[in-house]
Amino acid sequence: MQLNREELLKAYRDMRLIREFEERVHTEFAAGGISGSVHLYAGEEASAVGFCMNLTEVDHIASTHRGHGHSIAKGCDVKGMMGEIFGRSNGLCGGKGGSMHIADLEIGMMGANGIVGAGPPLICGAALTAKTLKTGGVAIAFVGDGGSNQGTTLESYNLAKVWNLPVIFVIEDNGYADTTASSWSVGGSQTKRAEGFGLPGYRVDGHDFFAVHKVAREVIGRARAGEGPSLVHARLTRYYGHFEGDGTTYRAAGESDKARAERDCLDIFRRRVTEAALLENDQLDAIDREVLGLIDEATAEAKAAPAPAIEQLFTDVYLSY
Amino acid sequence: MSRKSIRQAINEALALEMRRDARVVVMGEDISGGMGAPGEQDAWGGPLGVTKGLMPEFGRERVLDTPISESAFIGAAAGAAATGLRPVAELMFVDFMGVCFDQIFNQAAKFRYMFGGKAVTPLVVRTMYGAGLSAASQHSQCLYPIFTHIPGLKVVLPSSAYEAKGLLIQAIRDDDPVIFFEHKAMYDEEEEVPDEAYTIPFGEANLTREGDDVTIVAFGRMVQFANQAADKLEKDGISCTVVDPRTTSPLDEDTIIEMAEETGRVVIVDEASPRCNMATDVSALITQNAFGALKAPIKMVTPPHTPVPFAADLERAYIPSPEKIEAAVREVAAA
Repeated sequence: MQLNREELLKAYRDMRLIREFEERVHTEFAAGGISGSVHLYAGEEASAVGFCMNLTEVDHIASTHRGHGHSIAKGCDVKGMMGEIFGRSNGLCGGKGGSMHIADLEIGMMGANGIVGAGPPLICGAALTAKTLKTGGVAIAFVGDGGSNQGTTLESYNLAKVWNLPVIFVIEDNGYADTTASSWSVGGSQTKRAEGFGLPGYRVDGHDFFAVHKVAREVIGRARAGEGPSLVHARLTRYYGHFEGDGTTYRAAGESDKARAERDCLDIFRRRVTEAALLENDQLDAIDREVLGLIDEATAEAKAAPAPAIEQLFTDVYLSY
Repeated sequence: MSRKSIRQAINEALALEMRRDARVVVMGEDISGGMGAPGEQDAWGGPLGVTKGLMPEFGRERVLDTPISESAFIGAAAGAAATGLRPVAELMFVDFMGVCFDQIFNQAAKFRYMFGGKAVTPLVVRTMYGAGLSAASQHSQCLYPIFTHIPGLKVVLPSSAYEAKGLLIQAIRDDDPVIFFEHKAMYDEEEEVPDEAYTIPFGEANLTREGDDVTIVAFGRMVQFANQAADKLEKDGISCTVVDPRTTSPLDEDTIIEMAEETGRVVIVDEASPRCNMATDVSALITQNAFGALKAPIKMVTPPHTPVPFAADLERAYIPSPEKIEAAVREVAAA
């Protein structure tokens, strides 16, 4: 294992923070405090954290409609995120974006995105900036199995290859695009698709942080060294529905409960680090408590924050007009 | 100052801005041409030679030929703009917006608003529009009303070489996404253009003629046609004001309203398809704000609600002509 104690603690905390955030959004949405639609990342944490642990602020990511986990893993402020999801003035985007448009360009988070498959072209642009301005940065597009079937995604594989961009495409395959099984909707294999465009393709168990982190380090290192784009196909499990309120009747009975019991990324992580005596259960329990407190605070602050001022309707359309 | 074609004026604007600012890059299909091919490099300089010479001066790193993948490279231009470059992407024909519009209207146009004011997206998309070259239905449309409809975009329609250079430099220096429309039938048209860089502000209409009888509001190439009609009408004692708004977003509403009030008679000329185009938009603007000053119904000169035809005779019948404008002005003047 290449990670030191501090890094292991950070990995666990980031994954726990995403989980606790999503569980809270789940209950608050059910309680009626959140409007619109939210798409929860619970169950998929090892992917976002395994990749983003290898990034710095010079690097960029583009996310999907299921963007909370990527945002937290890239370093977005969770209080600002909670405020945003509640549509409050303390939101990261002032309440003007909501769950599907959380972004923080200053730390390289180019946005969750309401359009499936929109991220890959944008991330090619971020990579072009890094290459042209010689920032040393790399860029990652997280894409769902649904987004993997968009032409934008496939065009971007090709563009990243012919421009030799420092890009990594991460296909987060949670088995379903809305209700439609990826086993049905994806023709061929994700890695062979990549290879067809001249990109090395990797498969990884997206429940296993250590497996993700290892492949992430390799492909990010290659991109940073100017050796071009890669693709990683991560299989993982979405604990909740496509969006909150989705009855998930299309899934097998007990499917996500089974995954929670047997393949939960936090449980796997805890077992690995405690059995190897790298971390103690007490340390992890302390993180659980600290994270819970933070989410309590974030939720309370979001609920207490005022709605955006009506004048905000008219601002930020243009810099000048 | 020297005589320059619109093609040269645009080329010069790009070169001047690329010299001034290393963050300015251009990209597009065949923008240089011959990429990876065994023969001539910089073979085309864009389909009509507008960007010729940029690659030899600025290199492949800043003059980026692309695969035919408009979604990918227009999206990449948007992403590059949001992360520190100032890209000028060429969408060869605006008709191709159908394969990349999401990247323009859902992404670049909305970053700033959706992200609470924390995004700056200095993107320029240059694109060819308009009928007149027998390019038929999929290479001749105007479509600027569709872009004008989108909050977050600025839309520019230069009507001459002087206008093209100043407006393009303004577009490149502007921090918002700008769609810059170049009429494919106008590239060879010449006039005196300064050699140095200069800017023309957006949202400030230009009056190419001032007269007492009829106000003509025209867009892009139609400004030239309106001027030709006005010259002819002048000889018959009908004097016209011709308003070139220069940009449809922002739109200089004040000048349009003021000029409508001054004559009380208005003709609007728009090469775009007639439903929900700039003519209907400006007509609504004037009737809402200057109804009391109108002495006659507003007249719109537009193509019919049909695709652009191929055959030259049909295409001539399709395009608003100086003669059609002249007839409309006479009708409005007599009403």
